[in-house]
Amino acid sequence: MDELFGIPLPLLFGQLLLGLINGAFYAMLSLGLAVIFGLLNVINFTHGAQFMMGAFAAWMLLNWFGVNYWFALILVPIIIGATGIVLEKLMISRLYKLDHLYGLLLTFGIGLVIEGVFRNEFGSSGLPYRIPPELSGAWDLGFMFMPVYRGWVVVFAAAVCLATWLVIEKTRLGANLRAATENPALVQAFGINVPRMVTLTYGAGVALAALGGVLAAPIYSVNPQMGSNLIIVVFAVVVIGGMGSILGSVITGFGLGIIEGLTKVFYPEASATVIFVIMIIVLLARPAGLFGRTA
Amino acid sequence: MDRRSLIAGAAILGAVPLVRARAQAANTIKIGVLNDQSGTYRDISGPNAVACARQAVADFGPRGFNVEILVADHQNRPDVGANIARQWIDRDGVDMLLDVTTSSVALAVNDICREKNKVHINSTAATSDLTGARCAPTTVHWTYDTYMLAKSTGGAMVRAGGDSWFFITADYAFGHALERDTGNFVREAGGRVLNAVRTPFPGTTDFSAFLVQAQASRCKVIGLANAGSDTTNCIKQAAEFGITRRGVKLAALLMLIPDVHALGLATAQGLVCSETFYWDLNDRTRAFTARVAPQLGGAKPASTQAGCYAGVLHYLKAVQDMGVAQAKASGVEAVNRMKAMPTEDDCFGAGSIRADGRKIHPAHLFEVKTPAESRAPWDYYKLLQTTPAEEAFRPLAAGGCPLIRA
Repeated sequence: MDELFGIPLPLLFGQLLLGLINGAFYAMLSLGLAVIFGLLNVINFTHGAQFMMGAFAAWMLLNWFGVNYWFALILVPIIIGATGIVLEKLMISRLYKLDHLYGLLLTFGIGLVIEGVFRNEFGSSGLPYRIPPELSGAWDLGFMFMPVYRGWVVVFAAAVCLATWLVIEKTRLGANLRAATENPALVQAFGINVPRMVTLTYGAGVALAALGGVLAAPIYSVNPQMGSNLIIVVFAVVVIGGMGSILGSVITGFGLGIIEGLTKVFYPEASATVIFVIMIIVLLARPAGLFGRTA
Repeated sequence: MDRRSLIAGAAILGAVPLVRARAQAANTIKIGVLNDQSGTYRDISGPNAVACARQAVADFGPRGFNVEILVADHQNRPDVGANIARQWIDRDGVDMLLDVTTSSVALAVNDICREKNKVHINSTAATSDLTGARCAPTTVHWTYDTYMLAKSTGGAMVRAGGDSWFFITADYAFGHALERDTGNFVREAGGRVLNAVRTPFPGTTDFSAFLVQAQASRCKVIGLANAGSDTTNCIKQAAEFGITRRGVKLAALLMLIPDVHALGLATAQGLVCSETFYWDLNDRTRAFTARVAPQLGGAKPASTQAGCYAGVLHYLKAVQDMGVAQAKASGVEAVNRMKAMPTEDDCFGAGSIRADGRKIHPAHLFEVKTPAESRAPWDYYKLLQTTPAEEAFRPLAAGGCPLIRA
């Protein structure tokens, strides 16, 4: 059998693989969102802008300072993560006592401002960023031509997701973090500096978004609206996975990437909406999300 | 002086500016630039189109009436664009709407301008329906359209042996029109259209799935019936997936110079595209570019932005010819006057506007230079061939414009 529902199997395999690659981006971004929401109770709508800033920072490092892709992979998350820490200290930390909605409005507004500033400075059509020479080229898989760089994205993103999960679930730091999520007052009473932990968590979530941006720079055009195109989808991924669930957002990210990829074969017109249809179905059946705990 | 006369005096003094303002409004032509200021089409329309419109006003000079320019962002959404157009016309007294990027928005605004009898000079929307089935007596379509792009770029690809096509089409009015017009040329030349995928617009950033489908169809040409960052993303990702290295050709049916700039010559070299204006085409285009460049933030004008310049200039000439009062009273009359007068400007040279609203000028087929051939920033194009004005656009009778039968 070399066809399934009238689609040649090689083509189907290709689409599954491509879906997995997009899923890697969804997973990394939604992971950051989930970590931030888990501890801060803030829906970080600046996430898309921070993803975009990551891509632009990589571009600036390369073109202004001659810093190559590999160093950007380390430097950019640190730089953009630091801007996240400043943002949390100056603004977001003032909203913890208020309703979730205020955090959402603030971060959404900040995201729009950042996007506007970049658009003013760099225009909207985007900037070129070459694939690093070590990762250029492609493998012939028989059923499809697979660029080396995309393979790298999947492997690297999966490793980052796994590492984040291990840190949160298996280390002492992660245990403190989870405890602070449950009962901040009690954890503080044990002598742990909870506000500092919250700040660092936000910084780490932002760093994950920036890392996603560096990964995306060579394959998508580096433009100011690249984040806003993704953030709504990623938000849907978090909702489907269950707000604040680390594992849920990772699995859902990869899974939805694949479903979206398949939609592009069977009914391309719906590929931008399929995730939201799934979101509605999941919310109707399991309001807390696939991996969420009911409140 | 007693208090009462003081108050009366103040009231009269206060009223003077009002009277003056009203007299001024009657002697002011209001132009509304309605385009994409923040999205994927910003760099081919956006603030630089506004700068080109202002340049036209400056070049026209003071001729006894004022010109005011308003700007709004329609966010590529027909509902937003239609609302702004209505507000501008009903509340702000706008006489002419300019640019109106994005075909779906342009078609909506086209109907409003027809209904309200206001001038619509379109530069950046590409659908050939604006001068075809949906033509209006209030519309002038300036720079290009899907028929001209299909004939020039599509025709060149077919002549070069590309006889089987797969389309990647932006799923809205513009993409559909471009796919339709190009498909007709391919079939007329004896070629085949194997398939087409419709990609959601806006919001698609990853085209690899569609490119792999195109490759699996074993076509010779992948027709990109999209624009802006959709096109640049497709070209970038086609190179990444080795599609062009395997002998499949890409037809970037609507690619403008800001897109080439975004791609970089290393990726864009060798692609062909069609434009009706290039800043480095001749002495007049270079002179225009030198005048307007300081306002463009380091960029060179795109053909669509040059179209805004030329459209405003010709409109203002018509307004002066017929008188401000009459031009403000009837958009149909103003457009009729524009059609009656030959056009003449630095960007497109001598030309004319047909009865269906189509502006006629030559179309140029360019090839993107290699990095080695490019000697200066924005030195991107080699001229391959020029289609004369009479042949570049769809024949008047073939468009199905109701104005023509009347």
